[in-house]
Amino acid sequence: MNVFELEGVTRAYDSRPVLAVEGLEIREGLRYAVMGPSGAGKTTLLRLLNLLERPDSGQVRAFGRDPWCLGRTERLALRRRMTMVFQRPHLFEGTVEENVAYGLMVRGVPWPRRRERVRAALARVGLEDMARAHVGGLSGGEAQRAALARAMVLDPEVLLLDEPTANLDPANVSLIERAVLELNEERGTTVIMVTHNVFQAKRLALRALFLHRGTLIEEGPAAEVFSSPRSPLTRDFIEGRMVY
Amino acid sequence: MEILLGIRDALFLILSFDPELYGIITLSVAVSGVAVGTAAVVGVPLGTLIALHPFPGRRVVETLLYTFMGLPPVVAGLVIFLLLSRAGPLGFLDLLFTPAAMVLAQVVLALPIITGLTMVAVSTEHVRVRETAMTLGAGPGQVFWTVMREARRGIAGAVTAGLGRVMAEVGAVMLVGGNIAGHTRVMTTAIVLETQRGNFRLAIALGTILLVLAFIANLLLHRLQGGAR
Repeated sequence: MNVFELEGVTRAYDSRPVLAVEGLEIREGLRYAVMGPSGAGKTTLLRLLNLLERPDSGQVRAFGRDPWCLGRTERLALRRRMTMVFQRPHLFEGTVEENVAYGLMVRGVPWPRRRERVRAALARVGLEDMARAHVGGLSGGEAQRAALARAMVLDPEVLLLDEPTANLDPANVSLIERAVLELNEERGTTVIMVTHNVFQAKRLALRALFLHRGTLIEEGPAAEVFSSPRSPLTRDFIEGRMVY
Repeated sequence: MEILLGIRDALFLILSFDPELYGIITLSVAVSGVAVGTAAVVGVPLGTLIALHPFPGRRVVETLLYTFMGLPPVVAGLVIFLLLSRAGPLGFLDLLFTPAAMVLAQVVLALPIITGLTMVAVSTEHVRVRETAMTLGAGPGQVFWTVMREARRGIAGAVTAGLGRVMAEVGAVMLVGGNIAGHTRVMTTAIVLETQRGNFRLAIALGTILLVLAFIANLLLHRLQGGAR
């Protein structure tokens, strides 16, 4: 089953085209790496999938439905089946625990159940001892892990990650990759991760997408895309010859 | 020397429990408190709404808000006076020279400040906050509340600025309240009166009490703001 289907999607900012995708299907339960140089439209693709933006033309269907033909309540219900972690996540004023509990709170999950799930999510990212810490005192890696726990606690069907490990030290990268992998393998969560890092994409992805200047160049099983890419652009990117 | 004696007198006045003085203090606190409370209840959501939702003519609204932030109190007082005077459109309410008229004048002064500064506070970070809340499944009302909560320091600053404006204000309340002893006399109008009478020590004493009240009010606001972080 597909969690997303894109058809003839275009998106422009101030009449500057940033994304054009003829067709794309994202299948349930898989791990996708979205790759491409800066300005390729990777983040825009993620924002369209998370229903933060509406395509200028074409259709982005989520879980078989066109969210932009639905009412607000139904669109919210669709958005609640997925979540996204930004490259530089914003943590709300307060403690780590309050941040991780936010999504459960807006869904009306009662406090005892909330606390239990928050603890489990923090343990997954190695932050169980920092539940009561104020977010102002967190390091970059801890903040990113807290943001990941805040997303994972929701047990989403789809997890969208926008370069979640950019600028982090190897230990934090490894912790985050392990948590994402576990979530996918244990819960069957579909993971779509934007990354510049080819090695990370090789480690994590089952399927890979390559975007260049807003166009989807190729999509396929990760092993195939990495070993024998169809496009010379993809090859240049993978082999580090693409300057961006 | 006059100032030091005034400060000493302020202490004596407070400890004398003079009913007239306490009446003036109570009325000052009540008028300013109700005015700022009303302006905050309207201005904070309004400022948040303007910051969050772009609409045609928003620039004009922003410019108007900034202009009214500097509205001279006597002009505000004059407009309220004309509206509430017997021949004015709201004359039938019979509010002129009452504390209610003073509250109204102070709301007019505080509302643009609280709305404008809230708008600025929310605008600073609202895109990141709003989108984070949305990705975590917040509905429109929850997003609105979260944005306000995140901007609470700035909003508390806006309310503090509004409070400062109304507590120090004299022109508008003098015009619409009339400085009637035991009825509409507040700290600032009493200070003007005592200065005109040449009772400088008493005027300074009243001024000192007003400063202490402002300090206490700001302290309370700071506590509400979420502590010392």
